[in-house]
Amino acid sequence: MKMFVCIKYVPDTSEAEVKVNPDGVSVDSSRFSFDINDADNYAVEESVLIKEANEGDITVLSIGPKQSDVMIRMAMAKGCDRAVRIEDERIAGYDPLMVAKVLGGAVKGQEFDLVLTGCMASDDWHMTTGVALAEELGVNHVSMVKKVEILDGKKVKAYRELEGGLMEVVEVELPVVLTIQTGINEPRYAPIRGIREAQKKELKVANLDDLGIDAAEVNADASLVVLEQLYIPQVESSAEFIEGEPDVKAEKLASILVKGGLV
Amino acid sequence: MGNILVLAEHRQGVLRDVSFEMMAVAPKLADQMGAEVVALLIGSEMDGLAQKMAAYGVKVLVVDDPLFKDFNADKYQKVLSALIDDLKPAVLMTGHTAQGVDFMPALAVEKKLPLVADAVSLEFAGGVLKATRQLYSGKANAVMAFKPAETYLLTFREGTVEAPDASAGGSVEKLDSPLKEDLSYRKFVGYVEAEVGDVDITQSEILVAVGRGLKEDKNLPLIEELAKAIKADIAGSRAATDAGWIPHDRQVGTSGKAVKPKLYIAMGISGAFQHVAGMKGAKTVVAINKDPEAPIFAVADYAIVDDMFKVVPKLTEKLKELKG
Ligand SMILES: Cc1cc2nc3c(=O)[nH]c(=O)nc-3n(C[C@H](O)[C@H](O)[C@H](O)COP(=O)(O)OP(=O)(O)OC[C@H]3O[C@@H](n4cnc5c(N)ncnc54)[C@H](O)[C@@H]3O)c2cc1C
Repeated sequence: MKMFVCIKYVPDTSEAEVKVNPDGVSVDSSRFSFDINDADNYAVEESVLIKEANEGDITVLSIGPKQSDVMIRMAMAKGCDRAVRIEDERIAGYDPLMVAKVLGGAVKGQEFDLVLTGCMASDDWHMTTGVALAEELGVNHVSMVKKVEILDGKKVKAYRELEGGLMEVVEVELPVVLTIQTGINEPRYAPIRGIREAQKKELKVANLDDLGIDAAEVNADASLVVLEQLYIPQVESSAEFIEGEPDVKAEKLASILVKGGLV
Repeated sequence: MGNILVLAEHRQGVLRDVSFEMMAVAPKLADQMGAEVVALLIGSEMDGLAQKMAAYGVKVLVVDDPLFKDFNADKYQKVLSALIDDLKPAVLMTGHTAQGVDFMPALAVEKKLPLVADAVSLEFAGGVLKATRQLYSGKANAVMAFKPAETYLLTFREGTVEAPDASAGGSVEKLDSPLKEDLSYRKFVGYVEAEVGDVDITQSEILVAVGRGLKEDKNLPLIEELAKAIKADIAGSRAATDAGWIPHDRQVGTSGKAVKPKLYIAMGISGAFQHVAGMKGAKTVVAINKDPEAPIFAVADYAIVDDMFKVVPKLTEKLKELKG
């Protein structure tokens, strides 16, 4: 199995305050902590599981800054074989169709059986890149995959997760792009030996020119959409905020629940 | 100007809510664009569903053929590709659902058309179509403007608006299927139903739900004790079920269950829309989260901004005391 796995370095904004920069189209990320996108972490694990069961070879692809090398090394420590990090300011990163074109350009011309991506990036929530990438490559895809079986090396049986936890089972011919949903496996911790070995694996840094991709096809002019404005929405909460020290809050809440007949 | 073509989504013989919700969104956009709303159904034996869509006062186009008995992303893409050429719609809109996301990106690439995914509101002004969408855990909104194109592609988020009341004046028209034979490279095999567990949380009166904020499963006893004190069942966000702390059948949200308890206590849950979609039917919502900006507070009735590990032990103790 020749595989590519596409991963993204994303900020964890679940506990962070988000502020828009004066340019109005970017956010101040100086205080965010970054790591691998949740779903991509599962995609890496799935590629390594497939490699362990079927033999194979995994190339990591990521578009991102130098700081993301730590994340890429971690994926190699878990069993991926080499990596290409694409860094180029000309890419219209807000448009997943442009991102897919860049990833497609990085894969094209090489043989592969599987490309794995996460089904959604937790920063911009498009759920678009993987399926668009399949079309760029002219191959099949299955999105939101919660279980994969490789059949006789020519086909995959993939279980797609639908609303309500129902699964749609499909069989598609290889090569195929799978967009992986969280919970498909249990991502491992990188073994110490793997971490050491990862330092010796190849991590190539490339820009669009190195990959033979025409910047005019993936930049803001090429994108058919414009990121016009970012703003912080007013959160309208009609909640009663209970104040005080933690103990006081707990006591107040307990009496509200009991007096209100809620418990 | 072409029409606003809305793909009505259905599964296992039933129209999905998003199909009706788009009947609230599309007419407003149609007014602004000076266009008409046309619904589209792709499937097999669609007469009944077509009538249901027509009840929204729109023309319903139907591609009805046994080849579409089961959903197949590639078949949908082929039909929509042909219909874009034939009908030249100004907008093609689908739900931002497991179906929509499975073919719209590929269709956009194939047709070289712009796509905005997961739109939560739409506006057409000064000749420009704009779609608003969320990012960064729902803490920022982005306004995406489409550059002029023959057809704008959109996936619209489910559960964002209320479905309108039905009106009169709809009609149904059958179209020839552009797909003449089955595909060999992608086959639908079947459905697998979600697992069933020991407790059916859709029937629970009180739910205590935890998310990633639980940090590790060794913190679970704290939650179990609270649940025991108030005879609640325990549920979780996807982060909590993915981590294996909470059984999968107790996941609340779009890909889990929709619950409607009397009381829902959310702890260490940020309130992603996929989660909120599953718990907004709760009568009273208590949210405990250390992030004052957490979106969960927007749907809470009682809110505590604090570390759950500092609040919960005392809460349990006090509840035990008050309830005797
Ligand atoms: C197709 C699809 C379907 C999905 N379906 C679902 C679904 O059905 N249900 C679902 O829940 N999600 C679903 N998700 C995932 C969803 O997008 C979120 O990732 C998920 O809900 C986040 O879970 P969380 O709130 O527990 O974690 P996070 O978003 O990481 O939030 C953790 C929260 O805990 C708080 N916290 C941390 N420590 C503490 C502490 N000590 N005390 C108090 N608060 C603390 C933080 O401030 C933060 O707000 C789906 C995603 C996709 C792509």
